[in-house]
Amino acid sequence: MTKTILAVDDSASMRQMVKLTLSSAGYQVVEAADGRDALAKAKSGSFNMVLTDLNMPNMDGLALIRELRMLPAYRGIPIVFLTTESDAGKKAEAKTAGATAWIVKPFQQDQLLGVVKKIVGA
Amino acid sequence: MTGADPGQIFREEAAELLVDLETALLHLEQRPTDREPLDTAFRALHTIKGSGSMFGFEAAASFTHHLESAFDRMRKGELAATTAMIGIALAAKDHIRTLIDDPANADAEAGDAILARLAEQSGSAAMSASLRQEHDDAEGRATWRVRFRLAPDALERGTNPLLLLDELRELGDAGIVALTDDVPPLEELEPTHCHIAWQVILTTAHPRSTIEDVFIFVIDETELTIEPVSASVPEPESAVVASEPPAPPSREPSAVTGHVPPKEPAVPKADAAAEKGKAHPATNSIRVPAERLDDLMDQVGELVIAHARLKQLISDSVDLQIKSVTEEIERLSNGLRDITMGIRMVPVESLFGRFRRLVRDLSQELGKDVVLTMSGEETELDKTMIERLNDPLVHIIRNSLDHGLEPAADRVAAGKPPQGRIHLSARHAGTRVLMTIRDDGRGLDRDRIRAKAEEQDLIPPGAKLSDAELFQLIFHPGFSTARTLTSVSGRGIGMDVVKRTIDGLRGTIEVSSTPGGGTEITLGLPLTLAIIDGLLVRVGQGRYVIPLFAVEECVELPPDVERRHANRNFLNIRGALVPFLRLRDSFGVRHPPDLYQKVVIISSGDKRVGLVVDQVLGDHQTVIKSMSKLHADVANFSGATILGDGSVALILDIAQIVAAGQVQEQRREAS
Repeated sequence: MTKTILAVDDSASMRQMVKLTLSSAGYQVVEAADGRDALAKAKSGSFNMVLTDLNMPNMDGLALIRELRMLPAYRGIPIVFLTTESDAGKKAEAKTAGATAWIVKPFQQDQLLGVVKKIVGA
Repeated sequence: MTGADPGQIFREEAAELLVDLETALLHLEQRPTDREPLDTAFRALHTIKGSGSMFGFEAAASFTHHLESAFDRMRKGELAATTAMIGIALAAKDHIRTLIDDPANADAEAGDAILARLAEQSGSAAMSASLRQEHDDAEGRATWRVRFRLAPDALERGTNPLLLLDELRELGDAGIVALTDDVPPLEELEPTHCHIAWQVILTTAHPRSTIEDVFIFVIDETELTIEPVSASVPEPESAVVASEPPAPPSREPSAVTGHVPPKEPAVPKADAAAEKGKAHPATNSIRVPAERLDDLMDQVGELVIAHARLKQLISDSVDLQIKSVTEEIERLSNGLRDITMGIRMVPVESLFGRFRRLVRDLSQELGKDVVLTMSGEETELDKTMIERLNDPLVHIIRNSLDHGLEPAADRVAAGKPPQGRIHLSARHAGTRVLMTIRDDGRGLDRDRIRAKAEEQDLIPPGAKLSDAELFQLIFHPGFSTARTLTSVSGRGIGMDVVKRTIDGLRGTIEVSSTPGGGTEITLGLPLTLAIIDGLLVRVGQGRYVIPLFAVEECVELPPDVERRHANRNFLNIRGALVPFLRLRDSFGVRHPPDLYQKVVIISSGDKRVGLVVDQVLGDHQTVIKSMSKLHADVANFSGATILGDGSVALILDIAQIVAAGQVQEQRREAS
């Protein structure tokens, strides 16, 4: 079964890079530009995994994670966030909010695929 | 989780593996250079060790480990499969069995003694090296015990433990056990929480850090322990020892056997992979508790009876549609019966296989050189039957070994090869299975049997007996002609137990023997215990079933014989006098006899008896029901069955009736 992933980032190039990488590995990717957009799309569709940046306008990644975890349909869905090596505090915060895993920016396409495969399966 | 106790499943699996191991060891002893039994033995040990540690049989696993190491070295040609080695391995196998079945009573000292002998045999230097080496094999793979317990809310945070397990599996050979100790009772169970912990025994070439990486996203919240399965960390030089065994003498066998020298690691590696494939063949079998099969058989029996009733009910009907349905049901129920009986059938190999060890141990104990050969191991018999045949066959084989086969010196003097031979065979004969135990020993001593029988008043002095009759005497309780008691046989118990058990199975025993040439005991056994083909007869108003296998022929009772009186009950069947019994007299039937009485000639062994009945009704598929406790002791009947109209018919006990008929014959010969 094809796994559908919601990719949330305010940077279009980043979204495109994520989409290309994951699509080539057989995942279906839906893009969202920020937390609010993502929450709306999450409510109207169903996803096997959410991949989100933390720093975004309107609703940031942390808030998105908290909101998603309050939705029954998203209680057990893996949520992966993108962070930077320096941002140790954010990482802990995101995990407390209910995130499953993280990817440290900048990353190679292989690394992204590795984490996604590890978290949601092939 | 299936709900079955995994420990129990392991015990069952281990029991089978141990049998495989023993068979392989005994093969190996005869053909020390054979690769196949060596591999089988190694695989069995490997699996016992691996599964044992997973299911909490640590003692068995660590003990097995040493044996496995030794066998691994044999596979690599570093050690020879000597008789002494096999002996130790057999003792070790018994010890492993105790450690698994009854760990509380395992004798640790005995275990240590076996290990000490093992170390001595395999060269202590090399052994200690392999001890130090522990679970690190030559390819640099290590075995780790990984235990992890996720945070309770891990699932809610999107962690999927299955993916973690999959990832571990990708690293190498992983044996995974779920630890369910902390699963709370249902009322306290939080359904969204993860209550299960896992233990993974992982053999991998990857370093510890790779295993830790699997848990990278959960490592902070997860209770994770990763420890090498061996207590000690491998020392650098042990790896050298493993890849270049230092002792030249132990290398010699490899030259002789042509085994791949261990310094070419690529080949053994490919070997190991191939062997792994063989170790887990895709078997299409399932394990079923025996009671369920018994229940199924009961149900099928009831179906057969119900069908018989249906058939009888519509026998007068002209409705062709009902008739055709009934015929279809008959075909289906017969098919179901055959399949059900087929399920219960197992090859006698499982039974015969046990005797290899028996013969080996006994022949060593008695100091006789004996080889056991078999044929027809693939012949199938009901599982229950096979279980019950074990003891009788043990007795017979013991007797052959102890009394039948002579010491080597006597054999040579008699012009026979010094090595004694016992042959077990099984084959189908109609609806029966004939099992033969033959030895090439001295044969039964007619004079001694006769003397002993006269001494015990079993036969009158000077009585004329055929060989077959004489040999039947050895089945008499308390009858033993052994001059001296040995630890093996000669206690005067045994052969009567054999006879009783075989009778209980509706089986027959025949003995033949030639002086100096050996003894042959043939057991005739029904295929199944539950259903027999029978001949339904009527005596007066009662109906009886005669097991069809015993029926030879049916003849009419000539009126002139009928007129003569009871003392001369003999029929002339093609020149042979056959005694007959009037069942109506035996059963005290007052109902007037039919005008033309029939005689059913039955045989047991080589004796024949005619049974006079009023009418032969035809063959009848008989589902055997045992008699109630109250009636269990009634002579001449072995059970009962339910007929199509719901009435009960008794099943005649052929052995008893033929014996009763023979009493008559003896009276005739005496007069």
